[in-house]
Amino acid sequence: MGWLFIAPVVLGMLIFQVYPTLFSLYASFTSWNLITPPRWVGIENYVDLVTTDRFFFKTLWNTTRYTLGVVLPSMAIALLFASLLNQKIRFKYTYRAIYFVPVVAPTVALALLWGWLYEPNFGIINSVLRTIGIKGPSWLGTTTWALRSVIIMAIWAGLGFQIVIFLAGLQGISQEYYEAAAIDGANAWQKFRRITLPLLSPVTFFVLVTGIIGTFQDFALVWVLTQGGPANSTQLIVMYLYGLAFRLQRMGLASAVAYSVFVVIVGLTILNFVLSKRWVFYEEGN
Amino acid sequence: MITERPIALPQEEVQTSAAGSKLPRFLTHMALMTMAVLMIFPLLWLVSTSLKHPSKQMLWPPQLIPNPVYFKNYSDLFVLTPMANYLINSLKISVLSVIGVCFSSSLAAFAFARMRFRGREVLFGVLLATMMLPYAVTIIPTFVIMKNLGWLNTHMPLIVPAFFGSAYFVFLLRQSYRAIPQDLFDSATIDGAGFFQIYYKIFVPLGMPALVTVALFAFLGSWNDLFGPLIYLSSQEKMTVALGLTYLRGRAGTGVEKVGIIMAGSLLGVIPMLILYGFGQKYFIQGLSRTGLKG
Repeated sequence: MGWLFIAPVVLGMLIFQVYPTLFSLYASFTSWNLITPPRWVGIENYVDLVTTDRFFFKTLWNTTRYTLGVVLPSMAIALLFASLLNQKIRFKYTYRAIYFVPVVAPTVALALLWGWLYEPNFGIINSVLRTIGIKGPSWLGTTTWALRSVIIMAIWAGLGFQIVIFLAGLQGISQEYYEAAAIDGANAWQKFRRITLPLLSPVTFFVLVTGIIGTFQDFALVWVLTQGGPANSTQLIVMYLYGLAFRLQRMGLASAVAYSVFVVIVGLTILNFVLSKRWVFYEEGN
Repeated sequence: MITERPIALPQEEVQTSAAGSKLPRFLTHMALMTMAVLMIFPLLWLVSTSLKHPSKQMLWPPQLIPNPVYFKNYSDLFVLTPMANYLINSLKISVLSVIGVCFSSSLAAFAFARMRFRGREVLFGVLLATMMLPYAVTIIPTFVIMKNLGWLNTHMPLIVPAFFGSAYFVFLLRQSYRAIPQDLFDSATIDGAGFFQIYYKIFVPLGMPALVTVALFAFLGSWNDLFGPLIYLSSQEKMTVALGLTYLRGRAGTGVEKVGIIMAGSLLGVIPMLILYGFGQKYFIQGLSRTGLKG
């Protein structure tokens, strides 16, 4: 009887998760253009990616910089603001609600908006900079600034999400610890360093792992903002995969890229779990 | 990885302060206010730009409140693009996806939470593991499945998978169904209620807050999705808002004086989500607060 209830979900898992995962592994060892059947080529796609492919390492490197550039600073900012909100303070839930607004809005619309904010001559950012005597760069038009600019927007768009999670984590920490520390004469920094950070570490770990997995596969934001330009300086790995698979119909090579993404993500996640033993602290009885 | 520890909800006003209790209050407010402005100003600017005459887009100092208020950007938008189609398509796909995903996920969540059957724990573990799969790995074979079904350039690929549920939502709902007392389940069984009745008459109503959260996040995911519509839809009148908007820049032209039209389109894409957020803010934030703590 239980099987009947879970049948749709289990079927969906088999059809849309398990089967595709296995099939794309097979496909990554083939040459396949969707018109003729896949032709087995062994490890040729992977060899091509690491030897002759001009874009693979470039996009992988861009994606790594993008992921670190988004995840780490936004975690620091989110933790700071969650801590500020975790006080007896007026309007705290109003602030939280405001910070969350960009999270619910469509990325495409927000990216079009930011394209206008970043416009070099008439965009509001450079106009404001001009009034204080700074000549703003062509944010999205130069290879030095384009990746930084998409990172800034990505932080803005995702910050509220992390603030909400951090705040919930902070609110889950028992006040007794702080009261005990206060009796022992601890100052605010000591309390933060010795109580908040360790007790929050499982939440921090969750935000880090899910943040890396999600950001590594970002697509829409950069696709709209820069289309990967200028000179491929903002080309991310999933955009590259999209181009190979759905523009050039090189399904085999695209599947090899997909599996590389898979391997990198699994690798990073395992690394995170290994490193977590050094800094993630679980309370007793958990 | 998953713990069953009861979690303090954000609405509980018990905490005094963690870090920064000694920070002067006004500095805290200054920081919070500055961040609020940074988060909200771009959206106000979106509204303002969409209602501004082309010749006023380049003014300095800028007009925050457009004078005159210029609605022609919106009528131009509807001439340039089948915007009404985009909106209707998005609404149709999102609503159907929500119905599908809520039904399948809650049914499975009920079974995983309260029914006994062989392989339950193993299956649930496998299901959770699939949440870690990058979509990059599944997208090409899934596309081929849809192509073989003849579903390219239809809304089917964007709707049908939702009827097979989602691992993440099953997980969320299972958490909430496990919090419903076993006694209720037992006494209903004694009264002769079948599993489906118990699910429908007890667990669905009592687990409604979690189900609303799931519905909202499912709507959000569907409405905001670009990748799916991008690979499956090719004709304009079938496109969703998110996909249609990506064509808007090309259609409106790149001149600065056209930016009002692009912002008008973007705002129309944002507004439905803002309305939903306005009504369901509590569910968005509580739902997230609860899952985030399962480290």
